[in-house]
Amino acid sequence: MLAFIIKRLANAVFVMLSVTFLAFVIFTAVGDPVDQMLNEQATQEQRDELRERLGLEAPFLVQYSKFVARAATGDFGISFRNQQDVLAMIGERFPATFELVLVATFISLVVGVPMGVITAIRRQTWYAEAMQFTSIIGVSLPSFVVGIGLILIFSVWLGWFPAFGRGETVDLGWWSTGLLTHSGRMSIVLPALSLSLFQITLVMRLVRAEMLEVLRSDFIKFARARGVPARRLHFSHALRNCLMPVVTMTAMQVGGLIAFALVTETVFQWPGMGLLFIQAVTFVDVPIMAAYLCIVALIFVVLNTIVDMAYAVIDPRLKGADA
Amino acid sequence: MSISTKTRQGALAGLAAALLAATAQAETIRWGAPRDIVSLDPYSYGDSYTINFLNHIYEGLVRYNRDLEIEPALATAWEIVSPTTWRFTLRKGVKFHDGSDFTAEDVLASLERVSDETSPLKGNLPAYQSATVVDDNTIDIELSGAYPLLLNDLTNIHIFDKGWLVANNAEKPTDVSAGVEGYATFNTNGTGPFQLESRTPEAQTVLAVNNNWWDEPAHNLTRIEFQPISSAATRVAALLSGEVDFVDSAPVQDLPRLAQAENLTILERTDLRTVMLGFNRREELVGGGENPMNDLRVRQAMQLAVDMDLIQDKVMRGKSRNAGALVAPSIPGYSEDLDTVAPFDPEKARALLEEAGYGDGFAFDFVCTNESYVNEEQFCQAIASMWSRVGLEPKLDIGPTAKQTPKRANGKADIYTIGWATLPMLDTYSILVQMLHSKEGNSGVFNWGGWSYPELDKLTQSAAVELDREARLDMENKALRIAKDEIIMMPLHQQPMAWAVSRDFSDFPQFPDNKPRMWYVTK
Amino acid sequence: MTDQADRKVLSRTEAFFDSDLWWSFKAHKSAVGAAIVLALVIVAAFCAPVLSPQDPYDLAALELWNAELPPIWMEGGQMPYLLGTDVQGRDILSGILYGTRISIVIGVASVVVSLFVGIGLGLMAGYYGGWIDNVLMRVGDVLLSIPIVLVAILVSSVAQQFLPPAWREAGVAAVLVLAIAMYSWVQYARVVRAQTMVERRKEYVQASRLVGTPARRLMLKHILPNTLTPIFVAATLNFGLAILIEATLSFLGVGMPPNQPSLGTLIRVGNQYLFSGSWWIVLFPSIQLCILVVAVNMLGDWLRDALNPKLR
Repeated sequence: MLAFIIKRLANAVFVMLSVTFLAFVIFTAVGDPVDQMLNEQATQEQRDELRERLGLEAPFLVQYSKFVARAATGDFGISFRNQQDVLAMIGERFPATFELVLVATFISLVVGVPMGVITAIRRQTWYAEAMQFTSIIGVSLPSFVVGIGLILIFSVWLGWFPAFGRGETVDLGWWSTGLLTHSGRMSIVLPALSLSLFQITLVMRLVRAEMLEVLRSDFIKFARARGVPARRLHFSHALRNCLMPVVTMTAMQVGGLIAFALVTETVFQWPGMGLLFIQAVTFVDVPIMAAYLCIVALIFVVLNTIVDMAYAVIDPRLKGADA
Repeated sequence: MSISTKTRQGALAGLAAALLAATAQAETIRWGAPRDIVSLDPYSYGDSYTINFLNHIYEGLVRYNRDLEIEPALATAWEIVSPTTWRFTLRKGVKFHDGSDFTAEDVLASLERVSDETSPLKGNLPAYQSATVVDDNTIDIELSGAYPLLLNDLTNIHIFDKGWLVANNAEKPTDVSAGVEGYATFNTNGTGPFQLESRTPEAQTVLAVNNNWWDEPAHNLTRIEFQPISSAATRVAALLSGEVDFVDSAPVQDLPRLAQAENLTILERTDLRTVMLGFNRREELVGGGENPMNDLRVRQAMQLAVDMDLIQDKVMRGKSRNAGALVAPSIPGYSEDLDTVAPFDPEKARALLEEAGYGDGFAFDFVCTNESYVNEEQFCQAIASMWSRVGLEPKLDIGPTAKQTPKRANGKADIYTIGWATLPMLDTYSILVQMLHSKEGNSGVFNWGGWSYPELDKLTQSAAVELDREARLDMENKALRIAKDEIIMMPLHQQPMAWAVSRDFSDFPQFPDNKPRMWYVTK
Repeated sequence: MTDQADRKVLSRTEAFFDSDLWWSFKAHKSAVGAAIVLALVIVAAFCAPVLSPQDPYDLAALELWNAELPPIWMEGGQMPYLLGTDVQGRDILSGILYGTRISIVIGVASVVVSLFVGIGLGLMAGYYGGWIDNVLMRVGDVLLSIPIVLVAILVSSVAQQFLPPAWREAGVAAVLVLAIAMYSWVQYARVVRAQTMVERRKEYVQASRLVGTPARRLMLKHILPNTLTPIFVAATLNFGLAILIEATLSFLGVGMPPNQPSLGTLIRVGNQYLFSGSWWIVLFPSIQLCILVVAVNMLGDWLRDALNPKLR
């Protein structure tokens, strides 16, 4: 068990090291921040000098080792463009992205689980078929098209929800939340909906598959034979048994959602990490891009490692297995 | 009867007064901007959008008035003591937002900060040598030579409080390379009409009115909520649904839709910025091979092949002003005889190409950005299309500024777009020395094509030290003539600028330099 | 000999039409419908040069004076611009047909590339084991721990920087293919590696090892059929995903350039004209993109269910 945990942790560290390397390699190549930082009237000398001071002339490995050493302590430097501590900037935006992902996940569970159950236990009915079909559409619509559509219908035509931003926020210490104000809650509806669409489908399909599997299993057959009512059978026995995979998948998907939120955030101008990243790409703000990549990978790796370990604890067969 | 009328009038007046009082307490403007400011430190980054926004908080010794003429601000008077020494008399009784007094020491500290070795803005004050405090309200500025445009430069040099800088260890500009944050990046202490309330980068910056401002306010705002909304479609949607009151760059194609909206007024005019194309003038093209664009006939052909009227009509929705000169009409140095737009004549273009020996055309890189100028992506495609019709083979390369600028600046572009508004100088000298002059020393930084016209260089250098305004403008005009005859740059148009503002605002002046100045706004 | 081979092929075709798969397909109306729609879309896209009134990539063919014409059934609509024109005077229908072709080519190419890489590396990892296996699988872990959108944005924005000007036009599509393939090969590699490891322990492999002749070819014969089903299903779904990713990148501005629009680029550009009344620039490409991906996913979905023995 201990060996497995150590192995898993070593793996996680290796992945993180590779990601920082990738981040660094890619970003040294992306563009030149100097012209962005100086104004129209700066001279060539000033340009060369700034390049020198930023360390852009130093050999590659020197630049990289400096980068890793500092990144390990959470120091990603300061943004070329905003001249602020990068980690603090990302930290400031993390609540916005996290709340968006949280609400989207919530929507996907509330909508996805019942849909999955219905499509599993009423397999041949027209509405189960209809839901199946809708779910394919849900997984196929590009989220930016959905976002544009939602804005057009619900903010421009109907005027029900705001088209952009996060509304008013309340500061709770270092966490700023939009969920406590009316405008904040109104603002999160459309982006969360557009982000959750894909997730709803995933949840629904997983629940359906697991339900079908469980319903075929012996213990359900026994229960049925014993005369347990269908409703209790489905919701209490079967559903409970397939919740574990749903929870783990949801946990593992959070990392992906955080990354994918950058598309939603771009469409809705949601002031989260993803929007910051896309803007950083446009402005070649290397420290922000590097930090974002590392942080998203870290969230990904941490979640996966935790889920793996949890599985190892629950399912002893995996203990000796190679991950 | 008369009594009742009187009472009614009195009641109405009372009501009006009450209403006024109520509204006066919260005259907020919600400003939906195309982008965020980069910092709260005006010396942190050579970015005119940021510098203008911070002008609400900080002020310079002089400023532009409603007609963009220079008027006294923190300085009340100035005189030229010797050709290289200017003496400024400072305004008395001015207080910074934190209550400290404004003195000559503050001006000195600010000038030293902006001209520091590590300051990204030192190019904005090119002639500055040193300054000496004469007394609390007088300061002498020493220049490297005779320099007629000092006041123009000073409009954009914001004045800090020395005590505040010292106390917060911010006397030097923030050094990005040192990896430390600067105090002035997050905090402000200016003398301006507004003061900072809060700021979350890329989300919202809130300013509140400064009730102790030295000047009589020409505005009645109490609060500015500045929020960047970078997606144009979202910005328009927010404006239509009333989530913001003001947008300072409304897409031209959406103007008819915005004009229909009952709650909005559209303010439009042409910008001072002239958008133009530059030519690679090195021996070889980027893709290799002899460079045909060194032949004047080829450049003429390229100009004749472009139908600017059609672009103006379809791409710019009739809102741009086609340009013949490299500077806008209101820039000193301009003259009307320069401003003749080359006619659209594809036949002649083909003939000229034939004559120059390029009848079969040639392939070249055409580098555009996708967000620097109004509808740039569209007009670049349109121009490329027109060039293909006369047999040329433009290879269009469109991308964000940060990726395109290194290509342009390092000679990796055969044709490129560039816009020049001569800001903050507002004088032809700006484009002459920065762009048209040969690349040497501090001159020709934006001479990206690598050309050299000695006669133009000489005119530019003499204009730099000519203190007689008429003589100087004449030299500048002659230099522009050379640029036009030689087609050093191919002028396209002065781009349109469009602001959309809620009807709740009764006075909202628009400026040709496309800078919103909220201290002139009445709600 | 040849006679035998022919018969074998023939019987295979027959076997296919007699197989469970074919019956299942015929029984699923939605799968049949999706297949028909997909076939139509693909044929139309590849006949684009014949069908479309204009070559939307030929700069000289664009007519700026015909910019923003509405669809033909609206006032001001003009032949031959059935679905109207965009702001460059580019025919929307032609743009959609050519754009769909780009989407399909990028989708297919990225699946093919990732199949080759994935199967090849999976075989290597499974067959040799040891450090090769370790390195390959760890590299896979790393790639999977960065979300695909990020990988794609990074790869394409970096690569576009380095492409020589002459290559840029063809290069962008190639870069997108690589960016997408870089992510999806891991899935195939894992499936193949697992099967190879199972196979390697079997007696015939052990035996041929003892004799000294490598059993690679023999193994291949055993491994591939066993992994074909999951790979096929994954490839179909990845094809849909690749089209979506390409569209998303183009929408974010790091994909196909505006003078060579894919569906995503058309939508990005059209989005700027949403409020100006020219809704057709954004609407029709969006519809086409949705139809394409829905059809692919429906087929993939049916395939997964049909090939999953548990669900029969």
